[in-house]
Amino acid sequence: MTDTVLSIRNLTAFYGDFQALFGVDLTLARGQALAIIGANGAGKSTLMRAITGILPSPAEAIQLNGRPIGALSAPEVLEAGISMVPEGRRLFPSLTVEENILIGAHSRIGNGYWTLEAIYDLFPVLKERRHNPGTALSGGQQQMVAIGRALMSNPDVLLCDEISLGLAPVIIRDIYAAFPRIRESGASVIVVEQDIGQALKVADHVCCMMEGRITLSGAPGDLSRDAIHDAYFGVSA
Amino acid sequence: MIWVDTIVQGILLGGLYALFAAGLSLVFGIMRLVNLAHGDLIVLAAFLILTVVNFLGLSPFVAVLIAAPVMFAIGWALQTYVLNRVLGDDILPPLLVTFGLSVVIQNGLLEGFSADSQKLSAGPIEAASLPLGPITVGVMPLLTLISAVVVIFALNRLFYRTKLGRAFRATSDDAVTAGLMGIRPRNVFAIATGIAMVVATIAALYLGIRANFDPSIGPARLIYAFEAVIIGGLGSLWGTLAGGILIGVAQALGAAVNPEWQILAGHIAFVLVLLIRPRGLFPRAND
Amino acid sequence: MTTSSKITLTRAFMALVFVALVCVPVIGSRAMVQDLFMVLTLLVLALNWNMLAGFAGLVSVGQQAFVGVGAYAMFGGVILWGWDPLPAILLGGLAAMLLSLPIAFFTFRLNGAYFAIGTWVSAEIVRLSLAQWKALGGGTGTSLPKGTTKDMLGVAQIKEILGVSSSAASDALTYWLALVLATVTLLAGYLFLRSRMGLGLQAIRDNVEAARSVGVDPLRLKALVFVLTAFGTGLCGALLFIQITRVSPDAAFSVVDWTAFVIFITVIGGIGTLPGPVVGVLVFYILQRALADYGTVYLIVLGLIGIVIMLFARKGLWGMFTEKTGIELLPLRHRALPRSDT
Repeated sequence: MTDTVLSIRNLTAFYGDFQALFGVDLTLARGQALAIIGANGAGKSTLMRAITGILPSPAEAIQLNGRPIGALSAPEVLEAGISMVPEGRRLFPSLTVEENILIGAHSRIGNGYWTLEAIYDLFPVLKERRHNPGTALSGGQQQMVAIGRALMSNPDVLLCDEISLGLAPVIIRDIYAAFPRIRESGASVIVVEQDIGQALKVADHVCCMMEGRITLSGAPGDLSRDAIHDAYFGVSA
Repeated sequence: MIWVDTIVQGILLGGLYALFAAGLSLVFGIMRLVNLAHGDLIVLAAFLILTVVNFLGLSPFVAVLIAAPVMFAIGWALQTYVLNRVLGDDILPPLLVTFGLSVVIQNGLLEGFSADSQKLSAGPIEAASLPLGPITVGVMPLLTLISAVVVIFALNRLFYRTKLGRAFRATSDDAVTAGLMGIRPRNVFAIATGIAMVVATIAALYLGIRANFDPSIGPARLIYAFEAVIIGGLGSLWGTLAGGILIGVAQALGAAVNPEWQILAGHIAFVLVLLIRPRGLFPRAND
Repeated sequence: MTTSSKITLTRAFMALVFVALVCVPVIGSRAMVQDLFMVLTLLVLALNWNMLAGFAGLVSVGQQAFVGVGAYAMFGGVILWGWDPLPAILLGGLAAMLLSLPIAFFTFRLNGAYFAIGTWVSAEIVRLSLAQWKALGGGTGTSLPKGTTKDMLGVAQIKEILGVSSSAASDALTYWLALVLATVTLLAGYLFLRSRMGLGLQAIRDNVEAARSVGVDPLRLKALVFVLTAFGTGLCGALLFIQITRVSPDAAFSVVDWTAFVIFITVIGGIGTLPGPVVGVLVFYILQRALADYGTVYLIVLGLIGIVIMLFARKGLWGMFTEKTGIELLPLRHRALPRSDT
């Protein structure tokens, strides 16, 4: 039996009267890399907001290592072991590159695999620019800072929301090149992508979302292009 | 020569205003909160020091050490139980709540301490002065300015060199993302207001030693503090010092022309600076 | 009951209240007339401030500038130029309106909360400047010449009709003026908010960008509100000081009397609601009477109520009332006509 890190059962989410998620079920095995794909507005970002505690959920709907975390606040979810690379990177403009990375360890107690040096080892370019303001970097480098920042809490689960958005293919490849090492460190990964090709390359399991539901789930090799296409855009007439 | 003297006295006066303004500037820089009760909280701190002095027979300089932690706790509680509830996009609730607080504190002090003028006595140092080249400066005004510089230097170190300061800046930039990093914005705000109240206690010490005070003077002092913060540039601590000094010098020059024009000259300097530079002298780049 | 019959009923009720208030000097005591005069003038100030802060989002804590200038201009008219106090009231309103232009020019450059500080500093500048006006007593102030209010236009006639002393007649006159001013301000506010401009103003409050995209110019609209409320506030200031008969910079520019009370009245009654100030001024008056003997406690209670309302019921007593009952006395939104299914 595989060891489950994160399990989501019948998760719903609302923005006021508008329902954004309809009974989402999801299981993330330890060490797994899961890709969630879907078009704009499919509910991917809402799912991320629910997992990280920005959007409150029923406590039991989300469990981390068997512990209900749905009702926790964002800082509590981070301390429980889930960290996030948010969409649009959202570096802190008042902080330098190094401070942006260090702040990821704000509430960390004790040591772990990821330290400032380990992050610089993973993305050497950041070390050269560590005293620059975080927002003075190129988009790709900013994304590296955001990933490094999220790793600094030594998470059990790393969530990456649209990390390839707005970046050139060659830079996306560089960033994804870091993922094997991230997984070696023991973190399970969920990547949310609109870019199906990238997602299929790094993931060993794929979920496709549409209109607030998971419409398809399986290993990348098992899913046909047509099935993914249908799940992504809705069944073609 | 008389002009040099006037300007020096103005700079020293500006130190006092900067001290009044430093806490305000810190709080505004972190949470965009305009605390209309800040002046009354300084007066509250002055009465607290006075009480400690009267009961324990300590020098005001020692009494501050007891009053400061109490004021920190008051600031922390105020932020946690009241102000955190009204922070948000709408500026009306925080303004009106702190306005209400100002009235409550003022009249509460009036009830507890009467409207009589009070003073903190620091002994002979009050009258001491130093010859500084061709002019003489009072030791107390000089000490006030030095304290202002030290306080602002310390706040800057805190802001730019410590883990707490990093959390302050991150929360100020983007509170939601800061939450994703494990920072609890409400706690950060509570600590910031606590620190602002410690600075207010230091300001209260000089307020009480240098002049008479009574429960009603808070708003009158606050207005100079606000002027200093605004013309200094929102969220810039050194700008606040510069702003305080500018107001102080303007007041001294006005008073030199006609004693009745002292306050008016300060206000007019404030208006002029803002007409020329609407964002103040040293605005932060990302505001 | 249908909406239209509700509105008719409301209008009838309000007309009845108005008539009753008109009769007060005829049937009530002089103390009552004086009390209600203060209530009505505070209501006028609150209606104006509510329009500014509650609807236009301009949180001014410097409205005492306009009260004070209105008062000083009226005194100037009477003392320096020998005007009758009644036309001098109009002078007060115009002076306040004129003053609002440079103040708006300065304060509108300041964002959000700093607008509040800007208005406060402006009021201080005006206060300190007028304290230099030696002809009107400088820093200590001056009184209206003896007998001015008794010789006011209309006082003699009122004295004759009601058969009262000159002082009582002049009280009655200022009271009626306050009643007219309050009624006109309330009606004008209601009509303005239902007008195209008023709806634009509320649209700005809800969403600046959206309002701008449909052609509402937020700056011009807000400036208009600022200038018009300055006019109303100035008129009220002039009227107030005819009754008070003595002016000084500290009294005319009192931030507690002309701004703090007014803010609490509006907040307690319901900021951003049209009937809010009316409800607030009644609560204020009752509290003032009940706590008159306790001095400062009264202000503490007022402050605490204001804070509690901002924390737990931002639309004040009136907002709570409409939420609980669903009754809207003066509906500001145009209702969509019920569609008839064919």
